Amino acid sequence: MTIKQVSVFLENRTGRINEVTKILSRHDINMHAFSMAETPDFGILRLIVSDVDKAVEILRNADFAVMLTDVIHLHCPNKAGALGEILEHLATADVAIEYMYAFAEGDMANIVVRPSDIERCEQALAAISE
Amino acid sequence: MIWNPNKECMSRDEMHALQSKRLQKLVTYVYHNVPFYRNKMQAMDISPEDIRSIDDIVKLPFTTKQDLRDNYPYGLQAAPASEIVRVHASSGTTGNPTIVGYTRKDLAVWSEVMARCLTAYGVTRDDTFSVAYGYGLFTGGLGAHYGVENLGATVIPTSTGNTEKHIRLIRDLKISGIACTPSYALYLAETLGKMGLTKEDIGLRIGAFGAEPWTENMRKEIEERLGLKGYNIYGLSEIMGPGVSYECQEQNGSHICEDHFYPEIINPDTLEQLPHGTQGELVFTTLTKEGMPLLRYRTKDLCTLMEGECACGRTSVRMGRIMGRSDDMLIIRGINVFPSQVESVILEMPEFEPQYMLVVDRAGNLDTLQVQVEVRRDFFNDDIGRMLNMKKKLADKLKSVLSISADVRLMEPGSIERCQGKGKHVIDNRKLK
Repeated sequence: MTIKQVSVFLENRTGRINEVTKILSRHDINMHAFSMAETPDFGILRLIVSDVDKAVEILRNADFAVMLTDVIHLHCPNKAGALGEILEHLATADVAIEYMYAFAEGDMANIVVRPSDIERCEQALAAISE
Repeated sequence: MIWNPNKECMSRDEMHALQSKRLQKLVTYVYHNVPFYRNKMQAMDISPEDIRSIDDIVKLPFTTKQDLRDNYPYGLQAAPASEIVRVHASSGTTGNPTIVGYTRKDLAVWSEVMARCLTAYGVTRDDTFSVAYGYGLFTGGLGAHYGVENLGATVIPTSTGNTEKHIRLIRDLKISGIACTPSYALYLAETLGKMGLTKEDIGLRIGAFGAEPWTENMRKEIEERLGLKGYNIYGLSEIMGPGVSYECQEQNGSHICEDHFYPEIINPDTLEQLPHGTQGELVFTTLTKEGMPLLRYRTKDLCTLMEGECACGRTSVRMGRIMGRSDDMLIIRGINVFPSQVESVILEMPEFEPQYMLVVDRAGNLDTLQVQVEVRRDFFNDDIGRMLNMKKKLADKLKSVLSISADVRLMEPGSIERCQGKGKHVIDNRKLK
């Protein structure tokens, strides 16, 4: 399903991610997932959080450059080949993946995908479940 | 050796008389040919007849870089366009470069003063000399080039670029002298080492270094690593180009070709002329120039002037090392950079906050320029490709305005320190003093 991801612009500076997590924890916002995209001078921190609107508000108040991005959150079984099968479907439907991050625990894996086309991606995924 | 003993070793009285005569002629010439100067002089209620000797120069108006920009492109040119045979240009802060037109006679004077420099360094007709300043609008390349030809040595117009090829030419063509920036000389030494060669493999003996500030320590290092003797050369395109002053074998200040370029030191705040031996802003009047003669041009370079006959036999006034600038101009890899140039580029791009910081450093032996700029909140994007494009767009614009590459660093909004009043926009870590 489509969810909102919080993206935060960060300079590559020691302790900078820590400042984001401290602010979130102070407001009791939990992070379900995050990833960091980096270049030599800056990075983009991508967060899936428990309260999107509040997270954006408090980070903006703390002077961070923040934006919301639509991403697809999906589950798949935590077994060999499961993700590959999904990606195969997306490729067949001509959906490109700009970036993704994933983690697995127990029987299931959580995957966050930023596709080139959200709608088409959702349709392709719906077709798999049918 | 002295190229032109008549002028370089002239008695002070004769020099005073020559400068007086030339200044009178110059003032009459600009008064009748450059409305800018005529208007200024009329406003100050002075006429060419009021200038009877070189000492009357204090009555004349100053000229600044801003005046050159305001009169872009040819407003200060005194000679008719048909007499101009070449144009050079230096970088400008707001997109307007400084344009300098030369007549045939101006070019002859330039080659003459360059030949004086090279002779003072010990260059002779038997030398093969590489000019590794940039050829083009910058005055370094062509200025030095015609000086070497005038002297009668063999000139190798290397320009800048392929350093390994350059070193092969130095070895194979038995190049004995080189003109380049001191930082390029160090880079040359480094490349020599990388090629598995030493100074014994090449036969360089003379280096003419200028176009950027350098120190005695750099001189020692260059001399040690390249096996040559390094001499300072000074010049600026507004006045002529390289060759305005030069060191002799004594290396105790740089002799000014004061029969062509009359030097003064002023207090940059009160604009009062200061006695020799006092540090202040260096000012030049182009006594013999036809194309774009300038009265009392403020160089913004801070130094002292020294009198007294030099052990080399020359009698001309010498200038000490440049101790700094009375404005915020930076010299990076020999190129003049004003923070305001960077500012104007950033202000044109809505993607960035009007906050920036220039960090100048020396990596190995080359100057580096980093431009830190804050991304505006509305322009932050989750797409890293877009962010990198934003960065590249700024880097490309800076390159076209500054003529040198800058390393752009995207910063978080609000992260660059704000200052009260005039912001501090430069951190120079080069430690040149």
